[in-house]
Amino acid sequence: MIKNISNLGDASAYCDFGNEVNEEINSNVISYFKHLKKNKINGITNITPSYNKLIISFDLEVINFEKLKDKIKKINLESIEKEEKKIVKVPICIDGEFSLDLKRLSNKLKITEKQIINSFLSKEYFCYMTGFIAGMPFLGNIDSNIRLYRLETPRVKVPKGSIGITEQFCNIYTFESPGGWNIIGNTPMKIFDKFNESNPVKINPGDNVIFYQINKNEFLKLNE
Amino acid sequence: MSESYFEILRPGINSTLQDLGRSNMNHIGIPFSGAMDTRSYLISNQLVSNNLNEVSLEFAYQGPHLKLKYGKTLCSITGNVTFRIIRKNNDIEEGNCYQTFVLESDDQIDIISTNKSVYGYFSINGGFVGDNFWGSCSTNTRAKIGSNDGKKFSINEKILLKQNKSIFNNKKLDYLNSKIEYIRVLKGTNYNYFSDEAKKKFLENEFVVTKLTDRMGMRLEGPKIKNIVNTNIKSEGLIKGVIQVPADGNLIIMLSDHGTIGGYPKIGVVISADYDKLAQSTPGSKIKFKSISLLEAENLYKLYSLETQNILNQIK
Repeated sequence: MIKNISNLGDASAYCDFGNEVNEEINSNVISYFKHLKKNKINGITNITPSYNKLIISFDLEVINFEKLKDKIKKINLESIEKEEKKIVKVPICIDGEFSLDLKRLSNKLKITEKQIINSFLSKEYFCYMTGFIAGMPFLGNIDSNIRLYRLETPRVKVPKGSIGITEQFCNIYTFESPGGWNIIGNTPMKIFDKFNESNPVKINPGDNVIFYQINKNEFLKLNE
Repeated sequence: MSESYFEILRPGINSTLQDLGRSNMNHIGIPFSGAMDTRSYLISNQLVSNNLNEVSLEFAYQGPHLKLKYGKTLCSITGNVTFRIIRKNNDIEEGNCYQTFVLESDDQIDIISTNKSVYGYFSINGGFVGDNFWGSCSTNTRAKIGSNDGKKFSINEKILLKQNKSIFNNKKLDYLNSKIEYIRVLKGTNYNYFSDEAKKKFLENEFVVTKLTDRMGMRLEGPKIKNIVNTNIKSEGLIKGVIQVPADGNLIIMLSDHGTIGGYPKIGVVISADYDKLAQSTPGSKIKFKSISLLEAENLYKLYSLETQNILNQIK
């Protein structure tokens, strides 16, 4: 639960749920996030969940930090219904041109490329948060035998659709972007669609994700 | 009647359509965006009798050179801007900011530069045609959303005008941008990650705005701010005005198009009342921070808001 609420600047509340990164703490963050989305408090302009923090921004013309803090404190988590988990199935192609770092990972981790992919595909992942760039999901936790730090020198351009891993996490580059994660494959799935007004992102915080492998032909078909 | 538009003869450095920004999308990676200098933006709309959230053209440093095709429109430019109007008979008129003027078909406006500031605003009665995404037409070039397919304007493109209300009342405002002495800040959530010496440097030394500054962020150069706890935190949300310190000890301030999640410690946050002035700080200019209390920041915002309202009322 919330351990402390402080102000971040004069127009945001910073709710601290602890320092660890795990599904339990993050689920609490997301419960508050969903509650606030449903039960709107006048003046809130943005709610940003992350691993173990929730930042609530507001319009100073309407409300201030102390008043908002009181309202957050009054939220009764008992009344927050646990929702059914949504599972999103994401295709991944690991053909040579897409799995930019697979060989290097295999050398570094001293296991075969096939073992890395099998390990990656065998787990169901949890979406901790979405952001940095539009629609990018931060997923976890990948198996401890395929964890590695990010690249020492980040790439200037990571191709759109790239699926990267670092430490216990996995993400999907929804745009071509600079980045330093270890790229193991690419998905043709449109994770972010700006023309989908009500549901622009496929993977929301709290969702579960399963990856399934496709070949290059299937990739091209889905990419049409 | 043919539809009215501006033909872009020169796009300028970073010309985009902006309004008051897009809320409630931070959680999927889409920041607020919107006009960088809110007050100048609001004044430009008020001068041409628009709704205050009407779409304006924001430009930075060198603005666009535009030619009106068809129609007639009441215009205003705000900020500290040098521009001229080239009439269709080739007469040239020096432009005055905070004073409306009328453009007719085949007249041109050449927005030459902003002076000792970064952003200026060009508004027209009725507004420009923008593309609404989640309640705002603001262009966000990073997420490629908003007006003009999420891109800044390029040469030979058109900027369409909405139907105007045929209001041609000229209005003028005597207005001087106030000079800043300090950028006032509140302590950040990781303030204690920094040594006493580093905190002292942060609040007592000057920092220079570098060229690595755009709508997403502002990088500063100055004394290195030494971290004594950890140069990384677990990634968490970001808001505009946050001052982050990466491992190299140089400050980065998040501006309106910022990434929504980041993992660098937050030493401070610029107060809402000083954001417009911060955004107008040009590369090479010096910034000095002053730490104040939350209550002071709230009162300064009330003052800022009241001042803005007074200025807008003067124009009516």
